[in-house]
Amino acid sequence: MDETPSASGRSNGPALSPETMKRAYRDMLLVRRFEEKAGQLYGMGLIGGFCHLYIGQEAVVVGIGLNMKQGDKSITSYRDHGQMLVAGMTPRGVMAELTGRSGGYSRGKGGSMHMFSREKEFYGGHGIVGAQVALGTGLAFANKYRGTDEVSIVYFGEGASAQGQVYESFNLAALHKLPCIYVIENNRYGMGTSIERASASKDLSRNGEPWGIASRKVDGMDIFAVHEAAQEAMEYCRAGKGPFLLEMETYRYRGHSMSDPAKYRQRSEVEEMRRTRDPIETLKAEMLRSGIEESVFKDIETDVKAIVADATEFAQTSPEPDHSELWTDILVEA
Amino acid sequence: MASLILMPALSPTMTEGTLARWVKTAGEAVSAGDVIAEIETDKATMEVEAVDEGVIGKTLVAEGTQNIAVNTPIAVLLTEGENASAADTVTRSADPAAGASVAIETPADLGIVEAPEVAQAENDRDWGETSDITVRQALRDAMAAELRRDEDVFLIGEEVAQYQGAYKVSQGLLDEFGEKRVIDTPITEHGFTGMAVGAALTGLKPIVEFMTMNFSLQAVDHIINSAAKTLYMSGGQMGCPIVFRGPNGAAARVGAQHSQCFASWFAHIPGLKVVAPWSSADAKGLLRAAICDPNPVIVLENEILYGQKFPCPVDEDFILPIGRAKIEREGTDVTLVAFSIMVGVALEAAALLAEEGISAEVINLRSIRPLDTETIVRSVKKTNRIVSVEEGWPVAGIGAEICTVAVEQAFDWLDAPPARVCGLDLPMPYAANLEKLALPKPEWVVDAVRKQLRD
Repeated sequence: MDETPSASGRSNGPALSPETMKRAYRDMLLVRRFEEKAGQLYGMGLIGGFCHLYIGQEAVVVGIGLNMKQGDKSITSYRDHGQMLVAGMTPRGVMAELTGRSGGYSRGKGGSMHMFSREKEFYGGHGIVGAQVALGTGLAFANKYRGTDEVSIVYFGEGASAQGQVYESFNLAALHKLPCIYVIENNRYGMGTSIERASASKDLSRNGEPWGIASRKVDGMDIFAVHEAAQEAMEYCRAGKGPFLLEMETYRYRGHSMSDPAKYRQRSEVEEMRRTRDPIETLKAEMLRSGIEESVFKDIETDVKAIVADATEFAQTSPEPDHSELWTDILVEA
Repeated sequence: MASLILMPALSPTMTEGTLARWVKTAGEAVSAGDVIAEIETDKATMEVEAVDEGVIGKTLVAEGTQNIAVNTPIAVLLTEGENASAADTVTRSADPAAGASVAIETPADLGIVEAPEVAQAENDRDWGETSDITVRQALRDAMAAELRRDEDVFLIGEEVAQYQGAYKVSQGLLDEFGEKRVIDTPITEHGFTGMAVGAALTGLKPIVEFMTMNFSLQAVDHIINSAAKTLYMSGGQMGCPIVFRGPNGAAARVGAQHSQCFASWFAHIPGLKVVAPWSSADAKGLLRAAICDPNPVIVLENEILYGQKFPCPVDEDFILPIGRAKIEREGTDVTLVAFSIMVGVALEAAALLAEEGISAEVINLRSIRPLDTETIVRSVKKTNRIVSVEEGWPVAGIGAEICTVAVEQAFDWLDAPPARVCGLDLPMPYAANLEKLALPKPEWVVDAVRKQLRD
């Protein structure tokens, strides 16, 4: 949580201290560079199968992450690398899972879509659209059952918002006043289908209204807006008032997965977003305005590049899982 | 330093592609994210984006070149300020290791996952004094005992609390354990099952009651994809200690959507355990074992059995091992293998066969997955004949699995082809006479045995 008054002259956002801005910038850049490298490794055939990149959406997970505390749980779909890095999972372990190596979080048995960390309270990594919403509601149920003030963050896309179990979950969470923050990452396209073609509800932030779920629509490309909304949602949930819905208006620059030619949108639309709304550039401009020196960014860039290079090296040198791993982890030995 | 741009893989199955068009040419500056070329993959035309900034030194393949293998250099990228001549000297580092090739090994066996060794002695242990209680009471007592023992155990489902259970299986539990631990849900199987699985991933131990197993279909994605697979997908980090229970199979006159056996559906899934109690002792012992088990366990109960009384050990510690069958009646001429309500049918058949001088051994499977193949095979080696009896449909059913076990593991001992007695291969009719025709009866079993002895 950020308590230091802002040094920035920004008027329409909450206060963020220089240190918090640096941390946010660093985290967003790490996700960006990590994902760019993942895309590159996919192109080289080192990562296989499905691989969904988070590039463009970094402000959402980083802005929320700034407000998470020890014990808070998070869960998402298969566009999950950003969530894992922000949860504190190591870039090495995540990248090595992407390459299917024994040093990966699931020892090579999960892949891009299925990674977990008991230690960091990250519950995956789920490949069935919408399933994580009911599961995440269960994480919140467990928080309440155990009487903690921990919160569960449940990420899903605007595409998953069409799933019936999302609304079954809303009902259950509202009924039991579960400490659950539902984060709709509305990146406008569910694979190749635009939100306009998929949802009769035009304002997803209102989709929890029938259950009385408090909500906010947020500029998900603006880390300040995300941070402020997340802070409000966290306080609400920790106070035991029930679930909170955040609709993050965001954008993914890359295709749905690596094999998506993205013919359903104009390239100019992507370029316009990159040029005018990029979350990292937006934060950088704000930081520069607040007097943070250019050299700070160079240092962060150097630092992040080294982390990603180290993770990449590890992911290529970590051995493939031993054949005996085929038969482990099917059942817990009773 | 100059570097090579390689032909990228742009789909899970792409091994080569066509360079359709260069968007950037030699001398042009690029930054990360710029489209540099268009490539036709096995699926679509894709744009290739630069991953680093620099200047295109030269292109190495011409537009329109087909069948370019993935990882073939297609262009040279110069860093800023680098002389174009650097493009001529760049050398290719070793091929990235695209996963070591796997030697073709024929598996020694199918590797069907078996239960950890359970000592026969544990299965045959004498628990002493018994009292006659209904299966309903046995199930209730099992839940009450575990709710008392472990704070992490809770019961959730439709009508389990205030209504005391749609079939009164959870009678009295709300009073004893309160609404925190005995939880009524709205009619929302997909949602509450997912929620319970999520809670189990954190270490809580939910008992999910489906009013009938038919409604588990609404939630089957969470049972299979979320509960059964997460342990494996997480490299062993996240187990899912959860029980899914409810009445399974045909009741009486409730029609096609409420009369079906899900044993073979769930038994198919690695990562699940499946038990199907018949008697009160089975019900109590297996449900307790299911709740204590750190894995997802399906408990297939039976509505018609709920009201039947059987002797059940009164010992407070009574529990049964999952993965062990019980020989309910010993015999020498044929092995009858059954589970749940069909154990009763098999025992009736054995009594009828005895009148004809045929000695049938009756195995109550108790556990469907893991299956106690050891007990089945040992029995077949003794009797030389096997008939499986199940209420479910024949195709890819449990009977098919049992007969396969007999053929694979006791072929030389068989004196007749294994036989299956199953529910008829049709949706359950409503009419009383038609329903009666659709479900296995002792006479069907007797006929199957007679045929084996005749042939």
